[in-house]
Amino acid sequence: MSGSSSIVSMKKIVQQLRFEAGINRVKVSQAAADLQQFCLQHAQQDPLLCGMSTSNNPFRPQKVCSFL
Amino acid sequence: MGEMEELRKEMENLKDQITAARKTFQDTTLQEAASGVTVVGRVQLKTRKTLRGHLAKIYAMHWGTDSTLCVSASQDGKLIVWDSITTNKVNAIPLKSSWVMTCAYAPSGNLVACGGLDNMCSIYNLKGKDGNVKVMRELAAHTGYLSCCRFLSDTEIITSSGDCTCVLWDIETGTEKMVFAGHQGDCMSLGVSPDFKFFISGACDFTAKLWDIREAQCRQTFSGHESDINAIGFFPNGNAVITGSDDATCKLYDLRADQELITYQDSSIMCGVTSLAASKSGRLLLAGHDDFNVNIWDMLKSERVGVLAGHDNRVSCIGVSSDGMACCTGSWDSFLKIWN
Repeated sequence: MSGSSSIVSMKKIVQQLRFEAGINRVKVSQAAADLQQFCLQHAQQDPLLCGMSTSNNPFRPQKVCSFL
Repeated sequence: MGEMEELRKEMENLKDQITAARKTFQDTTLQEAASGVTVVGRVQLKTRKTLRGHLAKIYAMHWGTDSTLCVSASQDGKLIVWDSITTNKVNAIPLKSSWVMTCAYAPSGNLVACGGLDNMCSIYNLKGKDGNVKVMRELAAHTGYLSCCRFLSDTEIITSSGDCTCVLWDIETGTEKMVFAGHQGDCMSLGVSPDFKFFISGACDFTAKLWDIREAQCRQTFSGHESDINAIGFFPNGNAVITGSDDATCKLYDLRADQELITYQDSSIMCGVTSLAASKSGRLLLAGHDDFNVNIWDMLKSERVGVLAGHDNRVSCIGVSSDGMACCTGSWDSFLKIWN
């Protein structure tokens, strides 16, 4: 019966919400500080952020080689 | 009061409880916390390579873990594996169904997968004995289109579908190991955590969900978007999630604070977000839009610091390579571009 199946669905939704309500949380100040720290710590290893020299860029057009 | 009424009341109470709990942990905003950080300087990336070969709209691309090979899927009915440095096509795989919407590269480099309106996820072995690329498995069980797929390994893959579920598959047996149900709308995109223990899904119910892969349990649900979430990804440390939506904004949700930290929006941006990727340090967010552009955001300061303009049609997919050296965009104009 459609009535009982929507009750079953609703029970699942309520059960899921109970689970989500009970999780442990951390303060936004802590979360934000950690994100900031990660960004700053890894900045030098981020080529799109810092750029790279031509010689280090695998996608830069190769210089023309000439035979000596 | 009928049982349904009671359940509805309890649902509303729990939702209010969650909202209140999140508020008590909101002792500041990301904007305030990052007020001492200087905005990133203007980011100007150039197109270094254009990958030409597809004959119709490109719907998806995914980098291989070697940061050189990548796979793209087009509605011309082909999967192409490219060497992004030489622009050579390593493999051009004809598909049974041309209505492809997603593709993925296995971390090992041995397999690629794709799927779409055929409701299936097809796995191809790139390293077959005779050198021919053949279908290895067809994973069929979804009752809706395949919107996204991501390998956990050569033996497991996760798919998201228009049937509102995500599934973890055993590739060898071709069977469903776990079904992740809970979204109330088509699942559009998924992302796997850096430690492979969790994945996130974005859906047409405007929410993003965090799932524990082994427990098949939804741990957290994030709301706030005002339309379908088309794109989703993890912040590189695995503690935050970035979403992109038809509402033209991207949002950053922190998993440990269990809430939205910031929205990336601009009144001049009116087109939906189709795809997104974070740079290696997480500082830059690259978002592809329906208006043919990619916007680059300083993730901490929520300021637009660059634009990639080069495609002649919608940017449908974007990816940053594992070594962070390059960003690849794919478009309905049938080209892929490599930028750095």
